[in-house]
Amino acid sequence: MKPAPFDYVRPASLQETCEILAADEDARIIAGGQTLVPMLAMRLARPSRLVDIARLDELRGIRAEPGGLTIGAATRQAEVERSDVARHALPLLAKALPWVGHPPTRSRGTVGGSISHADPSAEIPLVAVTLGAEIEIANATGNGAMSADEFIIGPMLTAVMPGDCVRAVRFPVWSHARVGTGFHEVSARQSDFAFVAAAAQVALDEEGRCVEAALGLGGVGDRAIRIDVSSLVGTEPSMAAVADIVRAALADLDIGSDLHVSESYRRRVAVTLGMRALEDAIAEATGKVLQ
Amino acid sequence: MKVSLKVNGRACEADVEPRKTLLDTLREDLKLVGSHAGCEHGVCGACTVLIDGEPARACLMFAVQADGYEITTIEGLASAPGELGVVQDAFCETHGLQCGYCTPGMILTAHALLNRNAEPSREDIVDAISGNICRCTGYGQIVEAVEIAAERLRKANAPRNARGAHPNAPVNDPAAEHDAPQEGVLEAAEADTPHGGHR
Repeated sequence: MKPAPFDYVRPASLQETCEILAADEDARIIAGGQTLVPMLAMRLARPSRLVDIARLDELRGIRAEPGGLTIGAATRQAEVERSDVARHALPLLAKALPWVGHPPTRSRGTVGGSISHADPSAEIPLVAVTLGAEIEIANATGNGAMSADEFIIGPMLTAVMPGDCVRAVRFPVWSHARVGTGFHEVSARQSDFAFVAAAAQVALDEEGRCVEAALGLGGVGDRAIRIDVSSLVGTEPSMAAVADIVRAALADLDIGSDLHVSESYRRRVAVTLGMRALEDAIAEATGKVLQ
Repeated sequence: MKVSLKVNGRACEADVEPRKTLLDTLREDLKLVGSHAGCEHGVCGACTVLIDGEPARACLMFAVQADGYEITTIEGLASAPGELGVVQDAFCETHGLQCGYCTPGMILTAHALLNRNAEPSREDIVDAISGNICRCTGYGQIVEAVEIAAERLRKANAPRNARGAHPNAPVNDPAAEHDAPQEGVLEAAEADTPHGGHR
């Protein structure tokens, strides 16, 4: 369990990082290393050099902006978990973070690292897809951005090109007065990979009618997916309506089976957790239990 | 590659390959073998150390990444050779260990929890140690040890002095007024002795 040899560099700026990456296509970025180092130890990855971005100030920090919250790629998960700004602006992310690994991995693991790794069962990519976050990318020629949905292509597969460095993740912040969230997950052991994870966020108006709703599922396919729950909008959501919508949306969904759980188990859990997440979100927005 | 590490408050130099983990560097170059090598890919928690006070896997960090951080290993927790820290003491008392392999990681993780949270609930404790695997104890006594350590640290940290003693504090000799501190005593082991352990 020892990695193959590599060079190690710690560039002083994002610009320098991009130049190093552009010049050496076998170079890999390391930030928290909580996923990359096990891959190196098992020799699933054998980069020529590691480019350490963990201490680049321009990639760190949490910035509130109108309509959004931008989290620097090298911001540690534990920092986001403890941030009052992030908890207030992104209650869904706050609910998901305790499910990400364990405290000793969140203390080093980064938000950008989790997004870039794109594990189909990972919580941060799930929240990014559910809320429609934007991934900001830098390379030697400039900056760009794309939606989380475009960014994550498949299991551990993203639209990042050689020479690219994820710079930040910009999560939209809902400005409605009554916003509720729900997050549920089932895994074999605490903080193990999710068999299914469900994330929901709902906004209601003064009369209790739904103005915006989002539901995402992780672990069911080869990447986190957003489920269409737009038919809730304009209605006063009931438990029965939520159940119908989630069941209908998941009826034709392509769901995988693996060593751990069968396709039918995963589908049943997905329906249940999807409903629970939405119910929690609605209940939190209304301040009472959904009928 | 030369690397300067600050381990348990002391500056240490090592000459390591970039691929050498902090764990291997601690054990082989610095001879701090209290951090245990278990799975070596971040699952078991036996190698947990504190990086700037936060628990982290020493097997998931390369030594070359670790310069400039305050690294604490199990060797850094006791006040003196042969002494035990409060959390270590509690583990002994409750039989919170059998083979001892997971124990340094457990204790450092618990230590970090208690630094942040003076009154952790059972759930907080279970969550904090969820990334540390123990195959002997069944965790019951470990959770109990952390609860006891939390209680002792709370008592030891309560402000007390010769004039207005904390209700749970030992009765101090008034003559000790000059050497009894005016504000909190931080060493729980000393809290039970008159004169704060100093004569």
